[in-house]
Amino acid sequence: MIEEFDTPGVMKAMFSVAKRDLLLAWKRPGDVLNPLFFFAMVATLFPLAVGPSNEQLEFSGPGVLWTAALLATLLSLNSLFVTDFEDGSLDQMLVSSVPLPALVLGKSIAHWLTSGLPLVLISPIVAITFRMPFSVTGVLMLTLLLGTVSLSMLGSIGAALTVGLHRATALLSLLILPLSMPVLIFGARTVSLVASGDIVAGGLYFLAAYAVLVVSLAPFATAAALRISNE
Amino acid sequence: MTIKLTANDLTLLRGERCLFKSLSFALSPGELLILEGQNGSGKTSLMRALAGLLEFETGDVKWDGVLVRKNRQAFHGSLVWMAHRVGLKADLTLVENLSFEASLRAQSSAELDDVMTRLGISRLRRLPIRSLSAGQQRRVALARMVLAKAQLWLMDEPFTNLDRDGRTLVMKLVSEHLGRGGMCIMAAHQDVEVDATVHKVVLQ
Repeated sequence: MIEEFDTPGVMKAMFSVAKRDLLLAWKRPGDVLNPLFFFAMVATLFPLAVGPSNEQLEFSGPGVLWTAALLATLLSLNSLFVTDFEDGSLDQMLVSSVPLPALVLGKSIAHWLTSGLPLVLISPIVAITFRMPFSVTGVLMLTLLLGTVSLSMLGSIGAALTVGLHRATALLSLLILPLSMPVLIFGARTVSLVASGDIVAGGLYFLAAYAVLVVSLAPFATAAALRISNE
Repeated sequence: MTIKLTANDLTLLRGERCLFKSLSFALSPGELLILEGQNGSGKTSLMRALAGLLEFETGDVKWDGVLVRKNRQAFHGSLVWMAHRVGLKADLTLVENLSFEASLRAQSSAELDDVMTRLGISRLRRLPIRSLSAGQQRRVALARMVLAKAQLWLMDEPFTNLDRDGRTLVMKLVSEHLGRGGMCIMAAHQDVEVDATVHKVVLQ
């Protein structure tokens, strides 16, 4: 008797959530562009403030770019579940017959495509202000590519925990920052190392492993957090 | 054996307040359950808890003889919930919203046009939900409900914001649903005239 209902494909449901969120981002481009502007501004103002000395810029470039990327991602996380919560579509997701982690993963994919990927794509332009050579820029993009995946997924846990609270940006940051420290440290260090001519494979492997770990576990944690905070 | 919803000895607390104690009811195919009570008496909370969004303090709900807690996915597959907040994306158009819902439910979109015509919203199909009136948004939520083809309808004050035709239409849709062997739980302030067995639960 119980088999009577049709379960839609989990993958299909996941991609349709991602598609819907991408469509929403397309219709409200401000939400996507704000964090991107923030990243570009922080990273271009810094060289103006510390002065044009070549040595200083090359030394601080990776750290500043990575910090700016981390903060820009945090900025974009606030709105991940808030609009769904306010218009009632989160409730609809929770009573859907599709497993919640799949829907959450769909949302995270869309979030990364609209926040992480654009950061990766504009980073070579921003890196010019730090006089970064092309070989180093390639590694910077690679670390950002792996790192922003982890940040999007980790961030979804924090966003889910704070969804019922009003304006919980500070709390969200406090929850997420400790978990994202390894990403920041390995990301920035790997870029610094390649700038000084060292081997960087270890750092990249770590970032990749961390991303795989977080992608496989975070959707379940986020789903559980949503069930708790939507009571 | 027919599919049945039974609730046994339910108690629900919200914070320090007890909304209701030892509430029991049973619902068979073709039957309607109306929840009555003043504002704030816990009708919406009861519905949220039945849908699995809140935990009951005591008691259990069984769907088809199986505890809902144990088999949430099967239960969610056979229910559709029309909440007070309609759960539509304001920036997307009517059709975009409905086809998103369709993709979560593995239903055919062939009937989409019929249902939209029936609810009088087919000329709004290209408009974003944001630009529709509250009553029109309710009609879209009703369309989603009809398209879902679920056996159990949970409706939280479905008559809100609807004009007289709309209210008659809701009753007609519910009657047809019950006639097909569906079940419906509805929180309502007004009398519902349907040709079916009606149970009532009054919350204090």
